[in-house]
Amino acid sequence: MTEGNVPDNVPEDTSSLTAPEQEQIGVRTGMFGGRGSGDTSGFGGLVRPVLFPAPAAPPYGGWYDEVAGALGGALEGREPTVVIHRGEITFHVRREDLVTVARTLRDELRFEFCSGVSGVHYPDDAGKELHAVYHLLSMSHNRRIRLETSAPDADPTLPSLVSVYPTLDWHERETYDMFGLVFEGHPSLTRILMPDDWPGHPQRKDYPLGGIAVEYKGATIPPPDTRRSYS
Amino acid sequence: MSTGFDTSEGRVFTVSGQDWDALTDQLGEVADERIVVNMGPQHPSTHGVLRLILELEGETVTEARAGIGYLHTGIEKNMEFRTWVQGVTFCTRMDYLAPLHNETAYVLSTERLLDIEDEVPEKAQVMRVLLMELNRISSHLVAIATGGMEIGALTVMTIGFRERELVLDLFELITGLRMNHAFIRPGGVAQDLPPGALEEIRGFIDLMKKRLPEYADLCNANPIFRARLENVGVLDLEGCLALGLSGPVLRSTGYPWDLRKTQPYCGYEDYEFDVQTWDTADAYGRFRIRLNEMWESLRIVEQAADRLAKLEGAPIMVADKKIAWPSQLAIGSDGMGNSLDHIRHIMGESMEALIHHFKLVTEGFRVPPGQAYVPIEGPRGELGAHVVSDGGTRPFRVHFRDPSFTNLQATSVMSEGGMVADVIVAIASIDPVMGGVDR
Repeated sequence: MTEGNVPDNVPEDTSSLTAPEQEQIGVRTGMFGGRGSGDTSGFGGLVRPVLFPAPAAPPYGGWYDEVAGALGGALEGREPTVVIHRGEITFHVRREDLVTVARTLRDELRFEFCSGVSGVHYPDDAGKELHAVYHLLSMSHNRRIRLETSAPDADPTLPSLVSVYPTLDWHERETYDMFGLVFEGHPSLTRILMPDDWPGHPQRKDYPLGGIAVEYKGATIPPPDTRRSYS
Repeated sequence: MSTGFDTSEGRVFTVSGQDWDALTDQLGEVADERIVVNMGPQHPSTHGVLRLILELEGETVTEARAGIGYLHTGIEKNMEFRTWVQGVTFCTRMDYLAPLHNETAYVLSTERLLDIEDEVPEKAQVMRVLLMELNRISSHLVAIATGGMEIGALTVMTIGFRERELVLDLFELITGLRMNHAFIRPGGVAQDLPPGALEEIRGFIDLMKKRLPEYADLCNANPIFRARLENVGVLDLEGCLALGLSGPVLRSTGYPWDLRKTQPYCGYEDYEFDVQTWDTADAYGRFRIRLNEMWESLRIVEQAADRLAKLEGAPIMVADKKIAWPSQLAIGSDGMGNSLDHIRHIMGESMEALIHHFKLVTEGFRVPPGQAYVPIEGPRGELGAHVVSDGGTRPFRVHFRDPSFTNLQATSVMSEGGMVADVIVAIASIDPVMGGVDR
């Protein structure tokens, strides 16, 4: 959501809309995406928080506790936040703990296979706009977990995990290329998909999709990112 | 050929064919120096627009690096600006040899976020399995065909594409398109099987049972073929796990890891098939695995066809009207198009149906906030979509873990220390598809 689109009735502090345990990553306003014209339906005044699944409290059940316990031990009490949603478990860790956590997962809990890292940009998640999500697989135990960490836009750095999972070499380069996340300690963090001299990082939410208006039978259709969309 | 460009280091020789004498004359002066060769991105044997940067000493490769990105199309970014259903139309175009696997990977993650995994009807799941296994056959056929062509086995290429054509004909019959199907949708599949499809599939199975042994006859014991493939592109199990390799490359080390068996999806646990492995960890083993996997895929297709015969008239889309696409396609006098019955219903009979159709088609459905990752076993390995929703009608973020992208990282370890000619074989044994690598 960009500034200027927020109607007058949005409270300054939207935290009152949030259930205490759920994580809010933004506010959704209106319904039909229309702005500036007269709202005859009243739906344009809707204000809803965007809430992500709430963290779970231990015991998590099954092998989840074993993994969570080992991670808590390795981090000396700074236990990661655990979210269990749709049967998938996510460990949210601080970026300074990332390498320790990955080493523990690989060496003690036999998560020997890393499927890669995927960046996500939450522009409204103040202080942790850039997320990096790692998908790990233990072939020995046939288990999957997700590891999530974040960095603020002002300091977009994360420790590189190439020393733990060499497969992340290209994946981290892609995440740097697309989001501008700098992985410190990566052997050669260069662009991989975009040209070397490309300005900006295309997958960030503040980077436009681009495109041109298309004329068809006298009507003009704007490019996808400027079309009216449902909110 | 021209020389004399400014570079930071060394001399540049631009080779565009012919004039080889002039080149060798000039090279004679620098023969004892290392040579860096740029192979591609427009080189027929680099498997698409892959750029290889090889450092050579004589004919031995001392360093190999891959340059990618020439086919980057921003599919992931584009998907953030379309509805959840429209996303299928984009992601099917990534790995263009396995479009139905791309669609399934995205759709399974979306369905998990929607929490409708258990509500997808059986017939839709069987059709997905049928299409994915047919797709695996066509993909492996291209892998074998292009791999053969690159080492000069042109007959393997021509017969490989001959059989792939049969699979594409089946796709055309079932989905309406030979590629870029956008057929597997959140909640089910786009259309029911057309009449006569099962007979065509059975005919195809019978024909393939006669044709597949031809590949074995041509290649398996062929001394030239074996000499080119054996002990080339070797990567052991530790190397595979460290570099994140999956699929036939991982199974060629003897490790039977196949997500269809270990983490079944779409009801794969109900089919009888075996995971194919080999123990040589080289290009030849990967070829044999692909050959054997086509037989296993035929077995699955056969079982899926038997099931579909019993599921005539069963639903192919979830019952939830908030998700299921309201209209159906039908064959009219001018070909495939919107079902006239449906148009009559929404335009002439029911205002509510018209509103419902309009809302679902223009706005789409909302997906609850959260993230999901449901990987599947693509022809090249673990293919998964990391899907993030903010509760809107469009994906907040979709990231594809494409096996070609990950597996291609093994180029260096597979080819350094070998001959230039073996680089081609090693890469062909990875079977990268640049559409999937660059997305």
